[in-house]
Amino acid sequence: MAKLKDLASMEDRLVAGHGMCLGCGIPLIFRIVLRATEDPLIIANATGCLEVCTTIFPRTSWNVTWVHSAFENAAATIAGVESMYKALKKKGRIPEDKKIKFLGVGGDGGTYDIGLQALSGAVERGHDIVYVCYDNNAYCNTGGQRSSATPLGASATTSPEGAQSPGKLQRRKDLTKILVAHNIPYVAQASPNRWQDLYKKAQKAFEIEGPAFLNILCLCPTEWKYDESQGIRLAQTAIDTCVWPLYEVENGKYKINYLPKEKKPVLDWVKSQGRFRHLFKEENAWVLEEYQKQVDEDWEELKKLANL
Amino acid sequence: MKKETWKELTIGTINLDAGNSVKNLTGTWRSGKKPQFIEENCIQCFFCWLYCPHSAIRVEGEEVKGINYDYCTGCGICSVECPPKEKAITMIKEEMKLAGGSTE
Repeated sequence: MAKLKDLASMEDRLVAGHGMCLGCGIPLIFRIVLRATEDPLIIANATGCLEVCTTIFPRTSWNVTWVHSAFENAAATIAGVESMYKALKKKGRIPEDKKIKFLGVGGDGGTYDIGLQALSGAVERGHDIVYVCYDNNAYCNTGGQRSSATPLGASATTSPEGAQSPGKLQRRKDLTKILVAHNIPYVAQASPNRWQDLYKKAQKAFEIEGPAFLNILCLCPTEWKYDESQGIRLAQTAIDTCVWPLYEVENGKYKINYLPKEKKPVLDWVKSQGRFRHLFKEENAWVLEEYQKQVDEDWEELKKLANL
Repeated sequence: MKKETWKELTIGTINLDAGNSVKNLTGTWRSGKKPQFIEENCIQCFFCWLYCPHSAIRVEGEEVKGINYDYCTGCGICSVECPPKEKAITMIKEEMKLAGGSTE
């Protein structure tokens, strides 16, 4: 089992001085993920908070080779880099025993929505890449527009709550399931507050030959509107309420990695976040009920798939 | 900082100075509160290091030694996640100071 002390003594691949918000969840995720392999790493980063905040010209927070991608094609970029690596190896221009890992990174906007077809293509072609999606539930870099990862009832700038609307009206897209449907070797869902779990999953993803996908819950105090010091507690609530279940699918086999002792109501997750505040109005009670119903449905289905 | 013109830029604006964002001192964003490290309460669990968004926990010789105020933005996660009953990190008030976000 990994110890934090040992991880702390490893070199930082994402260094300080980046422009991410107070209490942002992204650096916590990548502190662990980037330590899960000791091999050299090449990263393709889709437009999003992480990309914008870490590379404000002429500065960069990256200590590894890093390629900027447009919003839609991080997966295609990293697939191309991986193909070139294979080709150069064949030609003998990269030594046979030289190992390099390839990582595609995007937020939920760049993965669930805009980058979905590039990602689908890259994993279908079977490139030996890892793709990490940090899901902060909205387009948080551009002011918090709704994305297909935004949960039902959340207020976003393009699905605002008000007299005519209770926030986002549509159900959240389940991207992890979509990736499972590609029949790739490894798909997992993780959360930064369970760092051991996240670390193991990232290690597995890098080790496995072929495409691997990690969907990681990412805290966003700016758009979720909560007290930024409470972020890790909130992530714990997300997994306790089963809003964000932790599970992995290895070669088609489901495994739930965290079973809450007592499944908490979605209300616990909703109540501390400003983006859900309007759900406590009488006329919006049905949204909260519907949200709970959807979470229950998904959880029951997942348990069935994992034979629990 | 001396402004560069296009003549000094690398082709494709490739940045060869990896990790040079350490020159951006995000600590200047702090407003009103800052964490205080109380060494005798520290159990060396490294949770503050793990959960700090701005890499502002000083680790020296495999031990947490304090807070790097050059980068700390005062979000307070370290203090909330500090496990001992007598916390090793507590948030204290801080006077306002003038902003200046770079070492250059």
